[in-house]
Amino acid sequence: MSAIEHRFGPYGGQYVPETLMPALAELEQAWVAARDDPGFQGELAGLLHDYVGRPSPLYRAARLSAVAGHDIYLKREDLNHTGAHKINNALGQALLARRMGKERIIAETGAGQHGVASATACALLELKCVVYMGTEDMRRQQPNVERMRLLGATVEPVEAGARTLKEAVSAAIRDWVENVGDTHYIIGSCVGPAPYPAMVRDLQRVIGDEARAQILKQAGRLPQRVVACVGGGSNSIGMFIPFADDDGVELVGVEAAGEGIETGRHGAPLTAGGQPGVLHGAYSALMQDEDGQILEAHSISAGLDYPGSGPEHAWLRDSGRARYEAITDDQALEAFATTARLEGIIPALESAHALAWTLANGPSELDLVCLSGRGDKDLAEAIALLDK
Amino acid sequence: MPYMMACFPDRERSEEIARAYVDAGADLIELGVPFSDPLADGPVIHAADTAALRAGATVHDALAVAAAIADRVPVVVMCYANPILTRGLERFADELAELGAAGLIVPDLPLEEAPGVAADCEQRGLALVPLVAPTTTDERLGRIGAAARGFVYTVSTMGTTGERAELDGGLEAVIGRVRAHTDVPVAVGFGIGTPEQASDAADAGADGVIIGSRLVRAAADTEDPAAAIGPLVRDFSLALR
Repeated sequence: MSAIEHRFGPYGGQYVPETLMPALAELEQAWVAARDDPGFQGELAGLLHDYVGRPSPLYRAARLSAVAGHDIYLKREDLNHTGAHKINNALGQALLARRMGKERIIAETGAGQHGVASATACALLELKCVVYMGTEDMRRQQPNVERMRLLGATVEPVEAGARTLKEAVSAAIRDWVENVGDTHYIIGSCVGPAPYPAMVRDLQRVIGDEARAQILKQAGRLPQRVVACVGGGSNSIGMFIPFADDDGVELVGVEAAGEGIETGRHGAPLTAGGQPGVLHGAYSALMQDEDGQILEAHSISAGLDYPGSGPEHAWLRDSGRARYEAITDDQALEAFATTARLEGIIPALESAHALAWTLANGPSELDLVCLSGRGDKDLAEAIALLDK
Repeated sequence: MPYMMACFPDRERSEEIARAYVDAGADLIELGVPFSDPLADGPVIHAADTAALRAGATVHDALAVAAAIADRVPVVVMCYANPILTRGLERFADELAELGAAGLIVPDLPLEEAPGVAADCEQRGLALVPLVAPTTTDERLGRIGAAARGFVYTVSTMGTTGERAELDGGLEAVIGRVRAHTDVPVAVGFGIGTPEQASDAADAGADGVIIGSRLVRAAADTEDPAAAIGPLVRDFSLALR
């Protein structure tokens, strides 16, 4: 019996080469000790406050609320240092790695936000950082590539397959298999083999813990719906879990419908359904063909462009605690522009999916939406598409 | 014990390659099933996966290649977990048994995730061959070794498949540790690219030597893979006599 979940219902597990099993055991032991150590938690909380800028504000978006016809509160993870929620996890795992005596960090990245967060944490804690990124993602998120390099990280281009996030994860796993002695792999979302899904949730739940206290203070009530975008699912699991025991609160995960679920060109395994399978070490909802070959996801947003999903999300879906819906590229782009014009906030294209959903779906007494990141990284791509 | 990717470069030629392996003295063939995300494999085998899939390879085709030679030489099918789960564990095990396969290796299925697979294999007389690595602790080796059937695939080096200029010096110690924890033969693989390295592995105590990337590379580099590969396999075979 372990002190951290290996499974969520049937989902999760550790489907990795034998070479990695001792490393996962070591990681689990180290994380459980750190999680329960007030010294470690104090150091992390101090950095989250003084360096990252937590707590992030909860903001009632009056103009978006008027358009939607219901109250919308935005949890401003875009205001964190590095511009997204990714830093919560990267900093926590980097501190853990240092505590374990690992000198080298590897990470995968899709949109670049997790890569930037990892490079940032490594600069702060004097760790060597290597980030794997698909070359297609490097093209569409060039500013983040430059940021990572400026922060001292090495960005390793991944040419295999469709050259996006899933290939980057595989490349990082291969590196870890080879260098497991001196290297910690910071997975950027609640995916991968145990203990990662639970550990990432534990590090991201600061979002929902803060938001719950903030909404009670500001609105005097809990939300009717908590809404967040889902790629791998880290900002959403962090938002959802602190509300899991609040029976009246609905949890809505918004995936990328891309060009439309019916086209097959999407990134919405939880919404589309289908048989679950094993990807990158975990059994969960994913996109696959009838032979079990993993399909490429398609989304305007690099961070949602992943054909898998976190196993805890698959369980939240199946147990009925959360529901998963999907928003198309066009809808996300429109919400991106609308939020900029009406609230003076440029959201990440990923977060725009959650915004699009709340704007298009009422009625509600109160929606609490995670604004998981800012959209500076998306300007070139979004402007080009909006101009069409 | 040479490895090959089923349906690489295409189904017909991969069947020729299989026959060439047997003619050149292979004692057992490991047959890889093409998969989209082979995270235990290095660039050469990954490229072969991609090429085979692009050429339209299906799991059905891969099993047909296995069936084509299973009566001439023991065939151990190497397949990642997801294609097996999607097809259905029992169905996959039935198909392996029907075609006369000797065993199965699942690179991303560690001991903890194996019980269902192990039981289905055992029931059908298929050997579920486990992998162990230099990082595997004695405690794990004990449990893996006890459950092992067929042979124990000992990964010779940290990392993924792929030829190495030099093998890890501690090979003899690793093989010794594995042998101490199991009754089945111990085979060594990953990184063996020359007949000299193969013979070194045998001298270090291996009962069997697995050669993968070197041969897949040879198949990729030529129009007539079977013709190119035959002599190569023979060289390895001779080095091990």
